[in-house]
Amino acid sequence: MTEAAATAHNARTPAEVLDARDLFSKFDPLIAEREALLATGVRDPFAIVMDEVKSPTQAVIKGKDTILLGTYNYMGMTFDPDVVAAGKKALDEFGAGTTGSRVLNGTYQGHKEVEDALKEFYGTSSAMVFSTGYQANLGMISTLAGKGDYVILDADSHASIYDGCFLGDAEIVRFRHNSVEDLDKRLGRLPADALKLVVLEGVYSMLGDVAPLPDMVAAVRKHANCMILVDEAHGMGFFGPNGRGVYEEQGVEKDVDFIVGTFSKSVGTVGGFCVSNHPKFEVMRLVCRPYVFTASLPPSVVATAATSIRKLMHAGEKRAHLWKNSQRLHKGLTDLGFTLGTKTPQSAIIAVILTDQMQAVAIWQALLELGLYVNMARPPATPAGTFLLRCSLCAEHSDEQVTQIIGMFEAAGKAVGAIA
Amino acid sequence: MTDRQNIFDSVTAQIAPFNKKEIALTETTTFAGDLEWDSLTVMDFVAAIEDEFDIIITMNMQAEIETVGQLVDAVAKLKTT
Repeated sequence: MTEAAATAHNARTPAEVLDARDLFSKFDPLIAEREALLATGVRDPFAIVMDEVKSPTQAVIKGKDTILLGTYNYMGMTFDPDVVAAGKKALDEFGAGTTGSRVLNGTYQGHKEVEDALKEFYGTSSAMVFSTGYQANLGMISTLAGKGDYVILDADSHASIYDGCFLGDAEIVRFRHNSVEDLDKRLGRLPADALKLVVLEGVYSMLGDVAPLPDMVAAVRKHANCMILVDEAHGMGFFGPNGRGVYEEQGVEKDVDFIVGTFSKSVGTVGGFCVSNHPKFEVMRLVCRPYVFTASLPPSVVATAATSIRKLMHAGEKRAHLWKNSQRLHKGLTDLGFTLGTKTPQSAIIAVILTDQMQAVAIWQALLELGLYVNMARPPATPAGTFLLRCSLCAEHSDEQVTQIIGMFEAAGKAVGAIA
Repeated sequence: MTDRQNIFDSVTAQIAPFNKKEIALTETTTFAGDLEWDSLTVMDFVAAIEDEFDIIITMNMQAEIETVGQLVDAVAKLKTT
């Protein structure tokens, strides 16, 4: 019997009843799988605690100095002195939290300032800030596409996009990952007069591959009544002359109706947003439930975000160094014989594909013991049922750190037999 | 042969490459229970069926389809609309 069942309320699930079922029973296979894995003596990849965080690239885990290669801190803004100072000032002047919705008492001067910073950063007429990136997708997709409308999404879309679909009343149609032909075909089979929202991502976060947006946009524009939303969560800061994302780098800015993004990656704090030039966009503030029915971000958070966004407008040198880091790590790991998620470096994410859970956990732990933290990712988060170690680089990783990282992968990969 | 029988035969032909355990297919064979398909297999299979019949089976519809017979009925209905 599992521990969960043993501690359940006796009146409802009497211990003497054999195979007693309750609402947790459906998780028994997962509980058993985890228990079996942890029984082999490995550390739990999903229970890491950072005891100290020294910089965007260094932390202390169980007393060991560790290089961080599994954060979304692409531009290293978390410890930027201007960003931290802005947060402290707002904390002093406006307090710890707003205790209210954006549409009631939860919009402070700082929330307007961060929306102004976003409008400048993206060159759009509107910007709407949500409490998380997850809520931004949840809110935009479920509110834009209503009953009788269609949402067309990539099969490898992030969970927040899928959940936005499930929260709404629209019909949901999937196409094969990054397949322009599949997207075109499916749009062609839908009623021409139905209103459609096509949801794409600039960078797909598991393998770090980039969407062929110009081809996809051209396919969408062959069909009537389509609007396009691009999630640039992993593209903001790094791609395009102004750091707006993959859609800017690939030159399709005029064809995209909505950009969704997050403050929890390159911006270095937490929060989500949507920017748009649609003339009626502001009505979303009244009709979007994940915007209305939740507390707004704390004043310190919006102050750090606004400062960070303004600094990211002029971060060309950081972008160049991050790109160099990505290219070096991709080449280093390829030369060592690892199988990577993309043949060429496409983003700040480099995914090492492994054969199974045991091998993935073994190398993950070996790296941790050497002083390197990476993300371990497993199904259902990963495409095609793969187990992978996801490395995400930071503009603050030094050349020396990248050399060290490649050395640690060599040692760990050989120790567990993942490479020869 | 009826239209429905034709559709049934085409559907079972499409199932074949995904039927790793070579389960005998009837109207009541279930995708999750009998064929033990995971969500990724379902995704690939649905795409194959959509392309075969030139239709769209939305995720909303997929949630209601559990057996081969239900899928054949759904395809028959979608082909006429």
